[in-house]
Amino acid sequence: MAAPAVKTDGAEAFLSAFPEPSGEASWAREARRRAVERFRQQGVPVRRDEYWKYTDPTGLTVLPAREAAVLDTDEAPVFDVLDSLKIVFVDGEFSAELSDDFSLENVEIERLEDVLKLDIHWARDLFGVLEGNGQTPVARPLAVLNTARATDGVVIRVTGKVAKPISLRYLHRSPSSDAQIRHLVKVEAGAEATILEAGPAAARFNNVMEIEVAPTASLHHVRAQGRDHERQAVTGLFARLGEESTFKSFTLSVNGRMTRNECVLEFTGDNAVAHVAGACAGDDDFHHDDTVFITHDGLNCESRQVFKKVLRSGATGVFQGKILVKEGAQKTDGYQISQGLLLDDDSNFLAKPELEIYADDVVCSHGSTCGAVDETSLFYLRSRGISRAAAEELLVLAFLDEAIVEIEDDVLADEIRDRLAGWLARRRA
Amino acid sequence: MSELLAAGDNATAREGVDQETVDTVRSVGERYKYGFSSDIETEYAPKGLNEEIVRMISAKNDEPEWLTEWRVAAFKRWQNLEEPSWAMVDYPEIDFQDQYYYARPKSMENRPKSLDEVDPELLRTYEKLGIPLKEQMVLAGVEGAEDVSDDRKVAVDAVFDSVSVGTTFKEELAKAGVIFCSFSEAVRDHPELVKKYLGSVVPASDNFYATLNSAVFSDGSFVYVPEGVRCPMELSTYFRINAENTGQFERTLIVAEKGSYVSYLEGCTAPKRDENQLHAAVVEIVVQEDAEVKYSTVQNWYPGDENGKGGIYNFVTKRADCRGDRAKVMWTQVETGSAVTWKYPSCILRGNESQGEFYSIAIANNHQQADTGTKMVHLGKNTRSRIVSKGISAGVAQNTYRGLVSMHPKAQNSRNYTQCDSLLIGDKCGAHTVPYIECRNNSSRVEHEATTSKVDDDQLFYCRSRGMDEEEAVALVVNGFCREVLQALPMEFAMEAQQLVAISLEGSVG
Repeated sequence: MAAPAVKTDGAEAFLSAFPEPSGEASWAREARRRAVERFRQQGVPVRRDEYWKYTDPTGLTVLPAREAAVLDTDEAPVFDVLDSLKIVFVDGEFSAELSDDFSLENVEIERLEDVLKLDIHWARDLFGVLEGNGQTPVARPLAVLNTARATDGVVIRVTGKVAKPISLRYLHRSPSSDAQIRHLVKVEAGAEATILEAGPAAARFNNVMEIEVAPTASLHHVRAQGRDHERQAVTGLFARLGEESTFKSFTLSVNGRMTRNECVLEFTGDNAVAHVAGACAGDDDFHHDDTVFITHDGLNCESRQVFKKVLRSGATGVFQGKILVKEGAQKTDGYQISQGLLLDDDSNFLAKPELEIYADDVVCSHGSTCGAVDETSLFYLRSRGISRAAAEELLVLAFLDEAIVEIEDDVLADEIRDRLAGWLARRRA
Repeated sequence: MSELLAAGDNATAREGVDQETVDTVRSVGERYKYGFSSDIETEYAPKGLNEEIVRMISAKNDEPEWLTEWRVAAFKRWQNLEEPSWAMVDYPEIDFQDQYYYARPKSMENRPKSLDEVDPELLRTYEKLGIPLKEQMVLAGVEGAEDVSDDRKVAVDAVFDSVSVGTTFKEELAKAGVIFCSFSEAVRDHPELVKKYLGSVVPASDNFYATLNSAVFSDGSFVYVPEGVRCPMELSTYFRINAENTGQFERTLIVAEKGSYVSYLEGCTAPKRDENQLHAAVVEIVVQEDAEVKYSTVQNWYPGDENGKGGIYNFVTKRADCRGDRAKVMWTQVETGSAVTWKYPSCILRGNESQGEFYSIAIANNHQQADTGTKMVHLGKNTRSRIVSKGISAGVAQNTYRGLVSMHPKAQNSRNYTQCDSLLIGDKCGAHTVPYIECRNNSSRVEHEATTSKVDDDQLFYCRSRGMDEEEAVALVVNGFCREVLQALPMEFAMEAQQLVAISLEGSVG
């Protein structure tokens, strides 16, 4: 069925607003061409689409992008305390000046625009491929747009255990930037790496990462989305997990008018593990949407989704999660929890936690709850002489911590905890 | 198997095949015991659907003009609607012009004055159906049937294809002030009530199937319980599709006035046919202040054969509107039949402190597909809802729970608890859960839990070690899995439902 005109017109507008990249190798051109075709077919998302039911995509599809003021802050960038290899993007453009040298043992890092010009590169098996696989059964047109037009980003190949995290830092300087970034990550068999992402990036940010975790490899991904209040972002993580691999991803979001984080994981081998978690807090016109789609197509794999949202004065939190267990994916262990904590009467928590199961020897469960701060706990803390505001904040932190504990590395988890506490304290003022 | 069946039909066992085998095979073939059709002279409206047919149905029922126009308006709207495709069910496109929209037993042409005048073939049909309700005796005219155990009396309205063929215990109900009759009688005798409430819960514009029903509904049941009356017995409707290529479109309207109480049971069966038949019903319930309605369904439409041939397409819109404070509604459903089920009994909790409950067992075996669940829309303060859904899939069936819990901003201090469990028997079937949870205030609490698992091997082993065969063991474990819902059913239904659970799963193991 052809998409309605409002969708296809929107797609055409984007295709003409962003120039077609030139000088690329034939495989890259072919991937772009197919993406343009997909994008024309799907059109831009609209509210009527089932998976945009709870999130109005207008801010992400309007042209030109709405302006977003740059947050004036004196705080140090997230993850600054850690020793990491820094790769910096300013309003979506790579900055050689601010970035560290790419050389690091057991890892090869290249820039996307260079890679797409090479006739032979492993990236051809990833670029637009994982994103393309992730288009059924649910269309993700903004990720398709990213394949069609994004030119900046990094291509990372991990060949062994990497000594320090690779930190992608996104700076926001221009109030009218509309950035698209694309990363490709391949973790080879037995290799191990941690990738960090932090910062608001741009007034509007479309970020896609395609990840291949080879058998027995392991990848940790921790992200702190910048808190410039007016910024809007849509992100897509598309990961393919091989036998006995491990993938763990955590996202912290505080503030931001609109955030849509999509995560599409597929288990292609047996005995693999994937954890996806997120904590977010926001108020006023804060709108945060986590859309997670996990496909089990291997034996004895474990997936876990933990999402916590604290919402105040009109903020909206959305969670759409799905565990799909294909026929034959026996011994699957799937777990999913989504919880909303509403600090006042104006906020909304909207959830659609789905299970779709075609194998019988599985254990899958999900839970979703929503409510206010527990009065009994509040009373207990107050009876110990803690003020109402401090007690409430303590309970909020404890609530979000259930997602933060999903981060395996304690140093990273503590950094996230510190940031969160600091941001919440500032927010209260 | 068909050869063996043929041999069985000749009642002579071939050499080398003992009689026991023949009987077993035959009983398997007869798993759906309501699959017979009755040879009753039937009057059809011409095939297809157009405004003429809609007007004709209305004329057949001697309806007043406002109702005819209401139907025609619904029909016009329906012509511009698209069939919904979001449910996780897959079936060939339905040709809505290749259906009969009206069929009634010929003997109904002049309504019988008493049940004695009802076509004896029709009464035999009820006998064969063996619905455990004692009223089958009443319907069959058995003397003294009215005296059986006073405290468990149930009044029955039976709907055969398109028309209601008889209602029992009418007088006794009338003494209490309760109106229980066929929809067509209600239109004739109580037009003011019908006019006031028809379409007020499920408007004619509600959805594709409800709109179709509004245009072509032929009959159904009407219940009115006046203020403060506790209905002295359980009311029951029994639906049967008999005629070929016929859609059944019944409409039920229940009005429970302030402080009243009624328990309503609904049962359905249909003959085995190779073609798929359409059933699109609408049930509307109005619950006023302090009133309580219990609505229990055992849906056992013909599910199609082992290869997915035939069966009923069951597209039903059921909704209860708790208009007054402290109104209460409870839906209990046992869904074992139908090739395709699309059904979401809902509660609009408008009154403060109103309550909605939904208990469901949905069993899908062989090629059955069920997409069913509920909607709990919390509008009033301190409203409560509870959802317990048990889905069982076997064979190559697909079973989906789809539900909505919505807490509106003004629904302060409301509560919802949802539990949906799925059980898989075999590795070719599917069990899915699609809940929508919308919380728009912070004094309410919403909790949702869902699990999916298979029949526990240890439990099966335990039962087998006690001498049960595998099928019995599975039936016992499944009945245990469904216990919470079975307990919510009125007693007669609970007994039947328990057996139905076992029968529906026959042939799903081993």
